[in-house]
Amino acid sequence: MTGPLLDIRHLSTHYVSARGTRVTRAVDDVSLVLDQGQTLGIVGESGSGKTTLALTLLRLLPPAARIVSGEILFEGADLLKKSDGEMRRIRGKRIAMILQDPMASLNPLFTVGDQVAEPIRVHEGASRRNAWSRALELLKAVRIAAPETRVREYPHQLSGGMRQRIVGAIAISCEPRVLIADEPTTSLDLTIQAQYLKLLRDLQRDHNLALIFITHNLGIVAKMCDQVAVMYAGRLVEAGPVKQIYNAPAHPYTQALLESIPRVGDSRKRLTAIDGQPPDPSAPPPGCAFHPRCPKIMDRCRSEAPPEFRVADAQTSRCWLSAPATR
Amino acid sequence: MNGSAASSRSASAILTLPRRLAAFRTEGFPLIPIAILMTVMLVALFANVIAPHNPEVGVLGDRFRPPAWQASGTIDHLLGTDHLGRDVLSRLIFGARISVIVGLTVVIVAGCLGTALGIISGYLGRWVDQIIMRITDAWLALPVLTFAIFLAAIVGPSVSNIIVILAAVYWTRYARITRGEVLSVRERDFVRLAVVAGCSKWTIMRRHILPNVINSAIVLATLQLGQAIIAEATLSFLGVGVPPPQPAWGLMLADGKKGLMAGYWWLTVLPGSCIMLMVLSANLLGDWLRVKFDPQLRQL
Amino acid sequence: MKKYIVKRLGLALISLLLLSITIFLLMRITGDPAVLLAEPGASAADLDAIRQQFGLDRPLWTQYVSFLTHLLRGDFGQSFYYRTDVFELYLSRLPASLLLASAAMAFSLLVGIPTGIIAAVRVNQWWDSGGKIFALLGLSMPSFWVGLLMILFFSVYLGWLPSSGSGTVFHLVMPAISLGWLFAAVHMRLTRSSMLDVLGSEYVKLARLKGLPEALVISKHAFKNALIPVLTLAGINLVIMVNVAVVVETVFAWPGVGRLLYEGIAFRDFPVVQATVLLGGVMIVVVNLLVDILYAVIDPRIRYEG
Repeated sequence: MTGPLLDIRHLSTHYVSARGTRVTRAVDDVSLVLDQGQTLGIVGESGSGKTTLALTLLRLLPPAARIVSGEILFEGADLLKKSDGEMRRIRGKRIAMILQDPMASLNPLFTVGDQVAEPIRVHEGASRRNAWSRALELLKAVRIAAPETRVREYPHQLSGGMRQRIVGAIAISCEPRVLIADEPTTSLDLTIQAQYLKLLRDLQRDHNLALIFITHNLGIVAKMCDQVAVMYAGRLVEAGPVKQIYNAPAHPYTQALLESIPRVGDSRKRLTAIDGQPPDPSAPPPGCAFHPRCPKIMDRCRSEAPPEFRVADAQTSRCWLSAPATR
Repeated sequence: MNGSAASSRSASAILTLPRRLAAFRTEGFPLIPIAILMTVMLVALFANVIAPHNPEVGVLGDRFRPPAWQASGTIDHLLGTDHLGRDVLSRLIFGARISVIVGLTVVIVAGCLGTALGIISGYLGRWVDQIIMRITDAWLALPVLTFAIFLAAIVGPSVSNIIVILAAVYWTRYARITRGEVLSVRERDFVRLAVVAGCSKWTIMRRHILPNVINSAIVLATLQLGQAIIAEATLSFLGVGVPPPQPAWGLMLADGKKGLMAGYWWLTVLPGSCIMLMVLSANLLGDWLRVKFDPQLRQL
Repeated sequence: MKKYIVKRLGLALISLLLLSITIFLLMRITGDPAVLLAEPGASAADLDAIRQQFGLDRPLWTQYVSFLTHLLRGDFGQSFYYRTDVFELYLSRLPASLLLASAAMAFSLLVGIPTGIIAAVRVNQWWDSGGKIFALLGLSMPSFWVGLLMILFFSVYLGWLPSSGSGTVFHLVMPAISLGWLFAAVHMRLTRSSMLDVLGSEYVKLARLKGLPEALVISKHAFKNALIPVLTLAGINLVIMVNVAVVVETVFAWPGVGRLLYEGIAFRDFPVVQATVLLGGVMIVVVNLLVDILYAVIDPRIRYEG
């Protein structure tokens, strides 16, 4: 197999209102590349389209959403061309995802073991007994104490941190190639957050996973990721290697984000430091969507949306300041 | 019906929201239901002008005559006659009057009483709230229909008694829902401002709280109009509602049962269809209003 | 948990107390209770005897206490018409009522749950509209009229089913459907909205993320959760059915407690009317209490609420 593990090209997903009158460009012309074993951080404020992008990769969008253009090449084949059945066999088996809310992600009526064993039984046709013993191993792998008793318990008997570990165990149960984690730590408290991030990193290393880490927390990205992609109003405004971008951010939005990182420790702080509100995704401003809040606004930004400029080797930026003429 | 629909958990909106929006589109303006309700009201208002015969007096020689389009029917009795030879069409027309009067009055009386108690309970709080809500809960726990029958049996049948009975049974839901809304409205800025400005409690409840909770009361009233009409028909059918020989639809069905086994279908089908049309219209209008006023009023 | 149950128990007791007070006061406010308690056509001497027996000349609260103690002993008086103990009479009619209510409940669940699920899963398609019409009709037609129409069609015209009485399964069909339709509509609406809520939940999303076939997602992960509120309501509705069956039992001459109430009214047999209403209320309060407790057992979140 040649080429990257996951290659997203010009992907756009829109929400269309019931009458078809309002179109929200939740994901707009996004291109990204991810290699095996790498970690990609997707950063942005809420409503910037991060979660929609993740759900688009798995083709699990709400009925109002339409994937209008683009390609998602996974191991060389376009996911958007797969049948529903093929897609289903990829979900959970080849590409797995961890949802935001661990409290709500587990079904309250089934035991932990049943829920961890379920994908193994469905995807690999394993017997009940085999799947259960695999589930037990997985619980050990995510460092759950006394897995033999936990496996028979119901979600409400476990703490939030434990539940999130179990959701992690479910995600890696079929040895996927790509793991998408959508703000997996927002509802956990700080010490548990740190433990969970460490667990994710260890799992990634042990299983050689490609990890897509969705967050609004740049501090976590710095610790976790190799690559970072910054989203604003459905578009990728800046992307590249973490070190490069942290040292020399090209886009004013990235710059503002980096300035708003709290200095010491407190990784829970939300990105509220930038003046103004994120735009209404169904009615973004003309030109560059960031211009109403941009400290370096130019006339051109009000009318023309900037294309993607190559700033450095692997670093791109959608800002007129990065245009070759002005540099 | 008892209102204890089990509480359903609210879920994340990502999947349900667009679906709910889609459901909204199909629920257009209920033109036909409104037209039917208006027609019934007009018929009720001008019953004595429209009706071809006296609804309470029949000619025994003309008993059980079928509608005009059947073999032995006559043009004189367009929709046939009943077991006493009374004209069915005229009885249906005057029956509309009773259904409209009972339905509207019950809903208005129960609505005013329940809303007032709900506002007082929610705004004053503390022991007033405790007492009113305990009574409401106990009342809600009663089997509505059986209780109405009990009341009707001890006070005796008459139109005004039915109104009092049904209003006494139906006020609780308004109290419940209004109280819940008052609790949130009470905390809003304009109410606090009014308190600071020195308005009296009664003024605040009347001028500031009532207008904010009236919408739900109206929706509930529309939805309950149908229930009240069915309840009246049921009581009349059982002989504890509108006393004979008055022409109530429920009473007509009770009389119609006498000709049922002989196949005199019009005595059963026609009055029931009138009830169904009116209740159906009220329900459709109520559903529409509910979505229109506030999609979150799903628990009504 | 204990605190919660004690609180619910207290509320249920208050409800029962208020119920007995209401019935007691209503009898005394609305006229001469002696007339109600005496057999129709009783003489003035008989009425005086009744007043003596029930102490109607004593203060209200002593009257209430004796009223309540009689009830607690299961003494609801004697039926004028049947000349037997009212409580025993009620108990003898209860099995028939429960049979009818169970049949109606089975019908309402068998129809309401599948249509509700189909309506939720294929939102806004043909099924949904069909279900909506079915539900709207159920909510808009008086149950006794449904019964009358069925008698007209299936008994009078087609001669397939008996129009009244009891004894065989065939006698049960029409009463069960006319009583059950309204509840089928209620259960369908609740199933639909509950299913929609569950389908939007995170754990259903996770089930889809696991790559489970959609049929498994719905039948395993969504169905069971969506059913909890429906079955809870069904438990309460079974008791409500017993109480609203009056009209249907009257139409089909079904020998249950509803028919007993109707006879009580028709024969001016007041002790029967009073007992039926009181016992109906007691049943509803008790079942509501049981459901609240059961809910706490199932759902851990309620337990901590206190």
